[in-house]
Formats: sequence, C-alpha cells, structure tokens
Amino acid sequence: MLPVSFGLALLQTAEIAGAPLNIKLSWCLALSAVLFTIGVAGVLVQRNVIVLFMCVELMLNAVNLTLVAFSRFLGDITGQLFVFIVMTVAAAEAAVGLAIIISLFRNRETLNVDEADLLKL
Amino acid sequence: MDLVTQISQSIPAILFFATAALAVVAAFNVILQRNPIYSAIALIVVMMALAGVFLTLASPFIAAIQVIVYAGAIMVLFVFVIMLLNVRAEESITDKVKYLKFVAPALFIALLAEVGAIVGAIDAVAKPAISANTVADPSKVNGTVESIAQAMFTTYLLPFEATSVLILMAIVGSMLLAKRETPEEAKMAYDAARDYREQAD
Repeated sequence: MLPVSFGLALLQTAEIAGAPLNIKLSWCLALSAVLFTIGVAGVLVQRNVIVLFMCVELMLNAVNLTLVAFSRFLGDITGQLFVFIVMTVAAAEAAVGLAIIISLFRNRETLNVDEADLLKL
Repeated sequence: MDLVTQISQSIPAILFFATAALAVVAAFNVILQRNPIYSAIALIVVMMALAGVFLTLASPFIAAIQVIVYAGAIMVLFVFVIMLLNVRAEESITDKVKYLKFVAPALFIALLAEVGAIVGAIDAVAKPAISANTVADPSKVNGTVESIAQAMFTTYLLPFEATSVLILMAIVGSMLLAKRETPEEAKMAYDAARDYREQAD
C-alpha cells in the first residue's frame, strides 16, 4: 500500500513537466503514520517488556517526525522546540522505565509482561 | 529546465525516499525480531534514518540531537540493560495463539490502506487553504541552532526550565527504583510491617 500511495503522489508531481521533485507534507505524514502503526503493532504483538518499551520509543519518533514536518511546511520554529522537549521527556522516561524493568527482573526473574499481572482484575 | 538541473534539485526528495524506506524496513525489523538485542540495533537504524529525514526537512539541529540523544544516549541505555539482564530470546505470542498470525497482517494492511486514502485526500483538498504542500520560505524556517536557541531562551524559557526539573526528578527516581536493598534495610522494613500488623490485630 505504501509504495502505491507514494507512487501516486510521485505521478501527480510529475504531471508538472520539468519541475523538480519537492518533498510534500503528505509524504512526511504518511511515513509518520506508518511508523506509528508499526509501533502499535509491536506493542500488541511483542511480550518482552524491553521490546514493548522500544516500540513506545518508535511511536514517539513518529510523532516527532510529524512535528518537524509541520514546522517546516507551516514556517514556524515552535514545532522543532516541541521535538526538543519530547526528546528530553523520552530520555527521562527511558531512565525511569529501565529502572522499573531492572527492579521487576530482580523480583520476578522474568521480562514477560504476561507474568507480571498482579494489578489485573 | 534541463534534466540535470531537475535531478539535482530533486536530491532532497530522493534522499527522503531512501531514508524513509530504510526507516520502515528497520521498524518492521524491530517488531519481528525475537532477540531483544537485534530489535535494539534495528531501532538504532530507524533513528539514524529519521535523522536523515530531518536533514531533508531542513532541520539540522534536530537531526544532530536525534543522533546524539536518541541513537547515542537512550539506545546505549537500552543495550546496557539488555546485556545486564542477560535476556534470552523468548517465544513469540503467535506461537501460542495461532490465529493471530493471520489476523495481524490483515489488520495491518487495512490500516495502511486508510493511511493511503488519507494521504490522497490531503493532496486532493489541502492545496488552496494554507498552501500546506508547498515549502514555506526557506530563509524563514531553518532549524539552525541560532533560530532554535532564540525561541527556546526567550518565548519558551519556562517550558525549558520545567523540563530541567523533570530530568532531575527522573534521575532521583531511577536511582531510588534501581537501588538494591541492603539486608539490614530489608529486615527493618520486614519488622516495621510485622509491628504494624500486630498493632492492627
């Protein structure tokens, strides 16, 4: 599906004969949506808590791409500042999350999320 | 305009496609690998590819801190924890639930079709409104260190300081969480809990 939609976008651009190919906002949004979807799929499919965490980072990256793209195409630097702050929060989240994973492993000897479900009804 | 000029001015778009394809392939690799260390390496590839995408979007500062903070600091932390915990490759959930193997690709293709439809709709509709598909004046938007620092330390000073406080809290919190209890501390906590239970009875 992805090559098809990108190919259609390319064909639309090529209709303007001889014009150079410029990056479009919709391409960035499509790439971001695909990466976010892959991240969600990973969270649903994987059972290893570290890989789940990496999939969350993947989703954060996809959102960052959206912010940078809008910052570029709407002519506003604020989007890139937002990305900077998202990265800082991601770093803090990674530090705390990995500390939780270490203490989970110390208490349970497992990284499988299905075996750490005490709060489940 | 001759072909050479056309191709040379299309180089950002070509780079965008190359790095975007690399990012998508590596992202699939992240979720399909069974060994977490291979997932981590694939995620590093995704982040480097996204740094390339940011470069084609005229954001060199974001591209640089993407490599330094994400691919450098955060992923080193991940790899460090994976190595520290000596994780073995675990069986996938699809081994236990057979039908997921067939349902998941179908759902994924449906989601991608929706993305394609939305992208088509954006290209069809959004042209006149704010000319969202044309590149804005490049001299106005360039993610250089200067333009970002200007905004960060004037308009957005308070969010910046709040982020610093957040980082400090994260440092303290992660040290507290990962600290191993000494036997004396564990005994003190156990005694305190026992005394509390006896008083409650």
